[in-house]
Amino acid sequence: MNRILVIAEHDGKKLNPATAKAVSCALAIGGEIDVAVFAANASAIAAAAAKLKGVKRVLKIERAENVHQLAAVLAPQIAKLAKDYTHVLAPSTTFGKDVLPRAAALLGVQQVSDIMKVVDAHTFERPMYAGNAIVTVKTPASPCVVATVRTASWQACSEDGHAEITAAGTDAAIPQHTRFVELKADVSARPDLQSATRVVSGGRGVGSKENFAIIYKFADKLGAAVGASRAAVDAGFVPNDLQVGQTGKIIAPDLYVAVGISGAIQHLTGIKDARTIVAINKDPDAPIFQVADIGLVGDLFKILPELEKELDKI
Amino acid sequence: MKYVWQNSGHDMKLLIGIKRVIDFSVRVQVKKDGSGVNTDGVKMGINPFDEIALEEALRIRERGTQAEVVAVSIGPVDVQQQLRTALAMGADRAILVETNEVLQPLMIARVFYELIKRESANLVILGKQAIDDDSNQTGQMLAALWDRPQATFASKVEFKDKTLTVTREVDAGLETLSVDLPAVLTTDLRLNTPRFVKMPDIMKARSKPLQVLKLEELGVSAAPKLEATNYAPPPPRVGGRKVEDVPALIRALKQRGVL
Repeated sequence: MNRILVIAEHDGKKLNPATAKAVSCALAIGGEIDVAVFAANASAIAAAAAKLKGVKRVLKIERAENVHQLAAVLAPQIAKLAKDYTHVLAPSTTFGKDVLPRAAALLGVQQVSDIMKVVDAHTFERPMYAGNAIVTVKTPASPCVVATVRTASWQACSEDGHAEITAAGTDAAIPQHTRFVELKADVSARPDLQSATRVVSGGRGVGSKENFAIIYKFADKLGAAVGASRAAVDAGFVPNDLQVGQTGKIIAPDLYVAVGISGAIQHLTGIKDARTIVAINKDPDAPIFQVADIGLVGDLFKILPELEKELDKI
Repeated sequence: MKYVWQNSGHDMKLLIGIKRVIDFSVRVQVKKDGSGVNTDGVKMGINPFDEIALEEALRIRERGTQAEVVAVSIGPVDVQQQLRTALAMGADRAILVETNEVLQPLMIARVFYELIKRESANLVILGKQAIDDDSNQTGQMLAALWDRPQATFASKVEFKDKTLTVTREVDAGLETLSVDLPAVLTTDLRLNTPRFVKMPDIMKARSKPLQVLKLEELGVSAAPKLEATNYAPPPPRVGGRKVEDVPALIRALKQRGVL
């Protein structure tokens, strides 16, 4: 039988929703599922993880060094725990991407990055070339499968479970060569672009940095994160951390609203997993309309205020 | 393990990974028989994240650090083209580990680890991922094998004595780590903008040393591999529906359960 260990992602206080998506992938593989919480104080996080569907045990690995979840600190502990498992999974977030390959190398395992789909317990689909090719890969049967789970491809599992919570530990040696200095969290009251369920992006059609205010205003009305096309970033309308696309962020919100964006290939690559794409553009022939589920041709400066009014009525 | 950096006559010895990939501007096509992607006659280039890695190394050297910058590539003989470009950008010398086999990240990390030992390198800068396989593993794996720090997805690097202060782009914002040397860095897009290569530099690069080693010469044991059984294009997205006005847009959103 498969024994699957899912590494929980959290911020020291709360379980990150990406963990529930990794558990969904574990459910698709099938077997006994444990979740490992590495923290200085894991109780609240472990309690949340214990509710995830199908989880048998939550392992609390509490030690002072685990407070910042540094890859160099966690990887040796994960590698020790992995001995009891057939699969080790983590969400393919910056946390999982950082820590899991380090653990895989300690185990002498070639990792599978970004599982989109489980074919069987050792066969998976994953994206290459920014999602322009989907490759099916088979892993060796032993010693174990180490893989990250592409969050955009999985729905969070339900939270009706009752896993047992147990303390666990390893005798792994912890290196001293890496020190946490600080985390400057995005202070914006808006949702984080990478994980937001709704995103409004502006493109070159917005026209200027000043005009981008209309995008922010509309996004706030929807409770959405703000993104931008590369053209808007290159034109200096917005900082480059807002860029959505192949060379920026690849996102999969429930609702994506593209405003004044023509729809260059490199932008479409970043949004093709969005559940619903809405395009607003004055050019009826803009390529964005070919992928948009709902298109509206017209002047964004008229349409957005009108949309806000309609949203107020709901 | 002992690192004798002084022997090279430099305070710093930097190894920079240079991967030859399909140029970022090319629209990749999956072969009809599912055996891979089309590379015939397709424009190739240096992985963009690797150009950023090299640029950062050159800037460290230009800040006055006594540093030797060594560009490293693993692949077929054609890869010399990309190494020549790296030399033209400003690398001091280049090493090609020649093999016709396509190596996966764990094996690449093992090869780099062997070169680190041979070169007594104390800083390795790699792209955070290659834009072909998108694995995002090699730097982390190398740091594990080397038992040294990793600072991945770097957007700012400050260098002082034998410590690096690295700002990393993480989902929650910007994280700063302090790491001891030797270390492995991987680059994110916003770390820097790589310089353009000028004609005279291309000429100069021709006389810079490019050492070719056969993979077998290195004595690195083969790493386990994933077997690729099929390649397919992504399922197409079917869009194209247009609505007349804002109220119709709101209705359509409600219908889809988005609002």
